[in-house]
Amino acid sequence: MLKDITLGQYFPGNTVAHRLDPRTKILLVVLYITALFCAGSFAAYGLMAAVLAVCVRVSRVGLRALVKGLKPVLFIIVFTGLLNLLFTPGEGILWAWGPFHVTETGLRNAAFMVLRIMLLIMGTFLMTYTTSPISLTDGLERLLSGLKRFHVPVHELTMIMSIALRFIPTLIEETDKIMSAQKARGADFESGNLMEKARALVPILVPLFISAFRRADELATAMECRCYHGGEGRTKLHVLQYQRRDYAALTLGVLILAGVIALRACGL
Amino acid sequence: MNTILQVERLTHTYSVGTPFQRSAVEDISFAVERGEFLGIIGHTGSGKSTLIQHLNGLLRPTAGRVLLEGKDIWAEPKKIRNVRFQVGLVFQYPEYQLFEETVYKDIAFGPKNQGKTGDALDHAVREAARLVGLRDEHLDKSPFELSGGQKRRVALAGVLAMEPKVLVLDEPTAGLDPAGRENLMANIRDFHRNQGTTILLVSHSMDEIARNANRILVLKSARILMSGTPAEVFARGEELLAAGLDVPQITRVAMALRDRGLPVDPAVYTVEGLEAQLLALKRGGGPC
Repeated sequence: MLKDITLGQYFPGNTVAHRLDPRTKILLVVLYITALFCAGSFAAYGLMAAVLAVCVRVSRVGLRALVKGLKPVLFIIVFTGLLNLLFTPGEGILWAWGPFHVTETGLRNAAFMVLRIMLLIMGTFLMTYTTSPISLTDGLERLLSGLKRFHVPVHELTMIMSIALRFIPTLIEETDKIMSAQKARGADFESGNLMEKARALVPILVPLFISAFRRADELATAMECRCYHGGEGRTKLHVLQYQRRDYAALTLGVLILAGVIALRACGL
Repeated sequence: MNTILQVERLTHTYSVGTPFQRSAVEDISFAVERGEFLGIIGHTGSGKSTLIQHLNGLLRPTAGRVLLEGKDIWAEPKKIRNVRFQVGLVFQYPEYQLFEETVYKDIAFGPKNQGKTGDALDHAVREAARLVGLRDEHLDKSPFELSGGQKRRVALAGVLAMEPKVLVLDEPTAGLDPAGRENLMANIRDFHRNQGTTILLVSHSMDEIARNANRILVLKSARILMSGTPAEVFARGEELLAAGLDVPQITRVAMALRDRGLPVDPAVYTVEGLEAQLLALKRGGGPC
């Protein structure tokens, strides 16, 4: 059912991957994504896949959970793959039928594209699997704190993000309950055409929105009761501090990015 | 006797095959007679909510069967909606399911799904509203303008309007003030008396169950701990207390009197019952 959604789920643990500073992990993911977009050969993609495999191994997150994260984007992966496969112009036509043609370049591009998306998503998921939402937003806030000088409300934005993350499971549970209640009144979500199916959602969405607003209102009151007044002058319970392992991990990340760029420069 | 609903060796297991596997209901069997008022009590997590969601086919049993008028409700999975019209289920805090612009339309949602139209629909809606004590002037209001207690009545009417043969209520009075509670329970009692509909009432409140039910089912850790008439169940008051459950306040008083040496029967669960006993004792020249 709905409860099986793994979006941004955190698997508690005590590995190096869990203990790294959240800022380090965010930066590493940024480095990893940059490297992915610089990669242009099978050697480079092989390196990226190997890096991910090592990280997965270190973090002790099950490979199955990681693959499960790919499920919602399966459609996008297949779609981009097919698009690249069938419409890339180039030399060495292998197969053609009407407007579709498979070329060697197309085959390469499709493989790279699919690999890129899969690695990108698994890499990002690895971060959310090993970092609790709280420390993730904490890290993000610290990383972006420089933007405060340009009047970007960094604290407020990250607070919004952590509240949103916190309420995802609650809302899923609520949706489940409302669906059951409407089903008990004979609501039918399965049959009918698209229009009828869309209309059948009204009895779920209206109560869901009402309860979300009510919750938001209550939360705001509760926060005000505890004198919350935004980020100004607010101190942290856990002050983030880079450790030696963070410097080591970041150095490694930069080296891998450099390696990928070097591979590209060598024309590999 | 005439059985309307029968549960046979029902088991429901959540998250089969994962480390979180857990049985919420285990090997439960019981029968509900037509016109009965059955109370179901148990702790949070004792399996009450899971159990009642099987009665109208919202959940499918992992093992066992649910029979409605002798027929397995899952015999034809495509027609499970028909079961839901016959076994009306009112969830906890049902006011959070309201969504229509007017009270009238919201109550009409169930019967409309049933296929009722025109006069039959209008009659079902007005009758349901009357049964829960809503006045005509309420029907054209937005359900969101009403008070909490009135919203709950609207939600209850939304299920009653389907004219179910069995009505299952999950903590219908939770979160209401004492007057609201008594009012709503009086409505439900009247409804039971006048319509003869079978009612299953899930509640935390022993007093509420004791005052209304003809028969009580006590659940503990996914299984049935006791079942019987209120007198039979509350006669085992010590066991209930040992299981971490409550007994009606007046039963507690009777138990305390007995412990102080008065020859009262603690299987009493109404104030009137204990009063009669004490008066009898006094007349008999006892120590009272």
